[in-house]
Amino acid sequence: MPMWIEWTIATRFLREGKSQSTLILVGIAVGVAVIVFLTALITGLQGNIVNRTLGTQAHIKVQPTEEANRVLAPADGSVHLVLESKRAQRLRSINNWQQVRDVLDALPRVTAVSPVISGPAFARRGEALESVALVGIDAARYQRIIPIADDIVAGRFRIGAGEAVVGSQLARDLGLRVGDKLRLDGGQGRDSVVNVAGIFELGVRELDARYVYLDMKQAQSLLDLPGAATIIDVTVDDIFAAREVAARIARLTGLKAESWMETNAQLMNALRSQSLSTRMISVFVALSVALGIASVLSVSVVQRTREIGILRAMGTTRPQMLRVFLVQGALFGLAGSLVGGVAGYGMVMAFNTFGPKLFYIPVDPWLLVAASVLATVTGIVSAAIPARRAAGLDPVEAIRHV
Amino acid sequence: MSDRDAGPDVLRLQGLRKSYNVGKPTEVEVLHGLDLRLQRHDFAALVGASGSGKSTLLNLVGLLDTPTAGELFLLGEATRDMDDARRTALRGGAIGFVFQFHHLIQAFTALENVLMPLMVATGKPGREHIDRARALLAEVGLQGLEQRKPDQLSGGQQQRVAVARALVTRPALLLADEPTGNLDSHSAAEVFELFRKFNREFGCAVLLVTHDPRLSEQCDRTVALVDGRIASDTAKAGKTEPRPTSA
Repeated sequence: MPMWIEWTIATRFLREGKSQSTLILVGIAVGVAVIVFLTALITGLQGNIVNRTLGTQAHIKVQPTEEANRVLAPADGSVHLVLESKRAQRLRSINNWQQVRDVLDALPRVTAVSPVISGPAFARRGEALESVALVGIDAARYQRIIPIADDIVAGRFRIGAGEAVVGSQLARDLGLRVGDKLRLDGGQGRDSVVNVAGIFELGVRELDARYVYLDMKQAQSLLDLPGAATIIDVTVDDIFAAREVAARIARLTGLKAESWMETNAQLMNALRSQSLSTRMISVFVALSVALGIASVLSVSVVQRTREIGILRAMGTTRPQMLRVFLVQGALFGLAGSLVGGVAGYGMVMAFNTFGPKLFYIPVDPWLLVAASVLATVTGIVSAAIPARRAAGLDPVEAIRHV
Repeated sequence: MSDRDAGPDVLRLQGLRKSYNVGKPTEVEVLHGLDLRLQRHDFAALVGASGSGKSTLLNLVGLLDTPTAGELFLLGEATRDMDDARRTALRGGAIGFVFQFHHLIQAFTALENVLMPLMVATGKPGREHIDRARALLAEVGLQGLEQRKPDQLSGGQQQRVAVARALVTRPALLLADEPTGNLDSHSAAEVFELFRKFNREFGCAVLLVTHDPRLSEQCDRTVALVDGRIASDTAKAGKTEPRPTSA
């Protein structure tokens, strides 16, 4: 076995200084446990928030570019003063959306593409009138982005001709039940009567109160945009890659592509700050663990000065002496992180079992592996200074040391 | 003895000088040019008052320290300009140390302490090395105590472990710094007898630092150090005259 003597001396030294070793081991374990628990907690929390938020929306929304006034360039040598009022953005279709859809389908990282036609309308039942958002979808494609069928609370998710699926809040407001008739009014005399085939509840009040799902054809005729799609919803495999993919789509299609990170800037900001503060805490905990290891080993070098001198006199080389202490640092880090990893895992399990149960914290086994590797490396790095001192001791001085 | 002249001298000093604080106003020369030869089977005492430079000389001979000027040959090899790695290797292989205070490593058993020079050099000890260490421990009268930790042994026993440790590599040169200074007279006599025995059996040269006249009288040869110079180098009656110390 390589470095057998270094391992042997290192482990004997650690065992001999049992109380010292135990104390620092507990210190490292607590540090690692805190890091593991905190990281798992924040990761779980963020995953939960992101899932809840993105469960009801696409990662990227592709829309037509906004209409802008075209102002003629001024003639050479003249100055134009332009007073311009922004143009109202009317509901427009994405040009050639079928081709765009096919292009997006073929893009790497994109997991689902769903063209949608969406616009405002009124829903009327008897005297009651509610403003709603018509959402015309291709059911199969849309389901891959928002699995709406899972959130059906009454009836079924079916949007054939003359059928609609409405939100639970809208159903309450209009007193609708499955099978009831509902008049949808798209303005300018375009209206139609549909059957309520199903009622969904996404848990987001705004959506539950306003969304009316139709098939694309019905929505197109109600909104007077035959054959149109106003938005293409896109999901990607890694949600944090959404911004890049959106930028790519924008470049590729010339359309406006917005990722959830931009539409939920506040959320993104909160997630970022959370991650940053977690990382800061981890770094400082790791730093204090490292300083603990370094100081314990420094004391050990002083305590063992004479033994180091004897070992040197008996032919132990400087590099061997250096490694004896590096191994001790590594062992501290490894053993401490194993104990701490188990403790941190236990804390997570306890939280999942006895905690407020607002959400579940999954523990990635790689987190434990990474913590062990990181702690071991930290141990070696923090042992560097004491180890160098041990290796640099003058044997003559060391042997005389009392 | 037949092999007395075989091979180079175990130790040869040539105009050896040692100064401390070189280049500073407090620079002081402790050894002023020593010449000395030590051969196989030599059993020499190094005597001198404290401050005469005994310990300094011993550190130089033990390759724990480097001379300021002159040369020190160990087994014919010039050592002054050796790098630390080679110096350490030579020290581990050719020199056995016995210190005044036994200086065992507390975390290891008696047997492991004896094996330490071998383990440091070659790693996990094999059967042959373990047998050798056991035999040495038996020879110093510690059979059955191999698995004891140093703090479970008496002072005399610890010093005997140290003697066994110094000899386990079958060194050409055994250096002992007041090896009995810390022992009662009975244990001291025993330890001295061990040196005698190994000097006889293995032929290793012994250089024993002492200021105990009873001990130096029993050595074959006495080198007296006075103020950093060799004042006398005398052989006991009946022993071969020491060779001229000049190279």
